Amino acid sequence: MPKWFMPFAALTAVMFTASPLLIANADYESTMGLVQKVFYYYLPAAWVFLISAIVCGVASARFLVSGSPRQDRLAYAAAELTVLFGAIVLVTGPLWARKAWGVWWQWDVRLTSSLMGWMVAWAYLLVRKYGGPGSDKLAAGLALFGAANVPFIYISVNYWRTIHPATSVVPTLPVDMGTALWFCVACFILLFVLLLRLRVHLEEQRTKLDALFLSLDE
Amino acid sequence: MFARTAWLVLRKDLTVEVRSLEIAYTTLFFAVACVLVFAFALVKEGKAPEDGAAGILWIAIAFAGTLALGRTFERERQSETLRALLMAPADRPAIYVGKLLGIVALLCGTEIVLVPLVAFLFQAPLFRHPFWLAVVLVCGTVGFATVGTLFSAMLVRARSRDVLLPVLLYPITVPVIIAGVRATATLLEPDAELALVRFWVALLLALDVVFLTLALWTFEPLMTD
Repeated sequence: MPKWFMPFAALTAVMFTASPLLIANADYESTMGLVQKVFYYYLPAAWVFLISAIVCGVASARFLVSGSPRQDRLAYAAAELTVLFGAIVLVTGPLWARKAWGVWWQWDVRLTSSLMGWMVAWAYLLVRKYGGPGSDKLAAGLALFGAANVPFIYISVNYWRTIHPATSVVPTLPVDMGTALWFCVACFILLFVLLLRLRVHLEEQRTKLDALFLSLDE
Repeated sequence: MFARTAWLVLRKDLTVEVRSLEIAYTTLFFAVACVLVFAFALVKEGKAPEDGAAGILWIAIAFAGTLALGRTFERERQSETLRALLMAPADRPAIYVGKLLGIVALLCGTEIVLVPLVAFLFQAPLFRHPFWLAVVLVCGTVGFATVGTLFSAMLVRARSRDVLLPVLLYPITVPVIIAGVRATATLLEPDAELALVRFWVALLLALDVVFLTLALWTFEPLMTD
């Protein structure tokens, strides 16, 4: 592991421990009360979810072009983190939506495209796990198509929704961009970088081990 | 040369299919069974829910399409004929296009039976705008089959290909399904807004172009060992 890893890990741990204090001390939002506090973890998780999906798509495209195993490991690690952070978003999102819109789920553009992106990441992992030999390329192809699909999902869901307007008009949410929020964003981005590095490292070790096994056979 | 290779692959597939009719019959039967299940589930007091027919038509196409895709490439897997095909001194993209055309032909054939069946069972006025319905169906089928052919070709060597195909295919083809269902539902309305249908068709065409470009570009690297 690189030298920076442990200090950064310690810093992230301290920051995450401190984050509830900051969140608790932040201003109460008048209409939503306590539920609004979910927002401080929800939004950073959503951003990291998006970042890791982009990392996975870009790394997959580069893997297809160059065939470099490094890009493949990066894409694999990013796909796993996309599923992880996507799960956080899709659990905390409905909690927030229930209070803000009165329903758990809305077929809104962002919700639908997040769900589809999350499903593509799941499909990626399923292919990697159960695809057998050659599944790395297969998964990379899937990620590429998934990335190309994003604008189309966005447009199609948008039109589908605007033609049949939702019964409850989604209120514009008051966004309090306070210190607590930016602190949590920093926490989540640090966590993402650390987990990504750790996961890539694990995959590197696995490759090394495989190579050693192969050389033992010869 | 490209067109000739594609035509030869298409002709080979059609010849094999015409001799046994295995995929055509099973796909068609499955699609009809699908429509019946939905009819039992959704039709209440003799009436289908609003937009139901459009959704059921597309679900049947998507499910039957998955079955046909899996079966077509399963056939190529026996005796490793796909490997032989790929080893032939021919353009890989041309082989892909030949396979794609075969699947599209098969699915269009299924749709010719499915559309009257859905119209009949759900009292849906599907034939009010036959031209636009045909355009929507063809564009949607091409979009679905473009991704499907590529993925099922890649999955030929994978272990659990039967389950992985729908797992990969459905999340990716969501925009095709949305656009297809919405366009068909618009056509079913008493005074259909053709401008809206044109928008969905344009979206489907754009999707077809993007998917086809990506598939032609990735087929070569993806099918190399």
